[in-house]
Amino acid sequence: MFNIKANLSGTTLNIALEGLLDTQTAPKLEEVITEKIGAADEVNFDLAGLEYLTSAGLRVLLTAQQEMDDKDGKMTMANVNDEIMEVFEMTGFTDVLTII
Amino acid sequence: MKEICIKADKNNIEEVFSFVEGELAATEGISRKDVLKLHMIVDEIFANISDYAYGDTKGDVKVSYEYDSESDTVTITFTDEGVPYNPLSAETPDITLSAKERKAGGLGLFMVKNTVDDIRYETADGKNILILTKIVGGEGNHV
Repeated sequence: MFNIKANLSGTTLNIALEGLLDTQTAPKLEEVITEKIGAADEVNFDLAGLEYLTSAGLRVLLTAQQEMDDKDGKMTMANVNDEIMEVFEMTGFTDVLTII
Repeated sequence: MKEICIKADKNNIEEVFSFVEGELAATEGISRKDVLKLHMIVDEIFANISDYAYGDTKGDVKVSYEYDSESDTVTITFTDEGVPYNPLSAETPDITLSAKERKAGGLGLFMVKNTVDDIRYETADGKNILILTKIVGGEGNHV
């Protein structure tokens, strides 16, 4: 089970994720980001519904962060659960991402 | 011990998840956390084998599942006949790099090594055998 709700309002892109972000589902997120990130100067991820993620998911988040950094944009991650926070800490992503 | 044999192709990953998660569902005392962590482990290892073990011709991977009630451990073993590769020799990624300095890749095996309680690589008859063991049912003590 995996769901993406992406909504671009002005230059703010809000993305809510639900389920598991892994080898199978990360390409779907990548597709949405590729399509919409160009118009955004702010990207807000809502991970309230995201249960867990694998390195395939980390790769997509890293690419999005790099793209936002390149254009001095802002990217945030909200509602990170304990298990996902453990992954972010283990991989040093706590310093790469802005977790709010 | 239960096992499946399947072509090393990412399109088959759902079938591997179904096998492992079916076994986990039938094992008492498995928490949702255990399921998620083992899902990640299977995802990383099967994707790696699919990407790198074989060339254009996709060979087989054998995935086996074993639960030991005495030690409360689940052991998942991946056996392939692809190019010899010991994942334990993989370079450890630098997790202190900034977003800009980071390259994609290398994190999967690192996450697996940090999540399992034991990981062993063996080679026999030209086969790569990767044995991953995780304590389940509690918080688990990572070594």
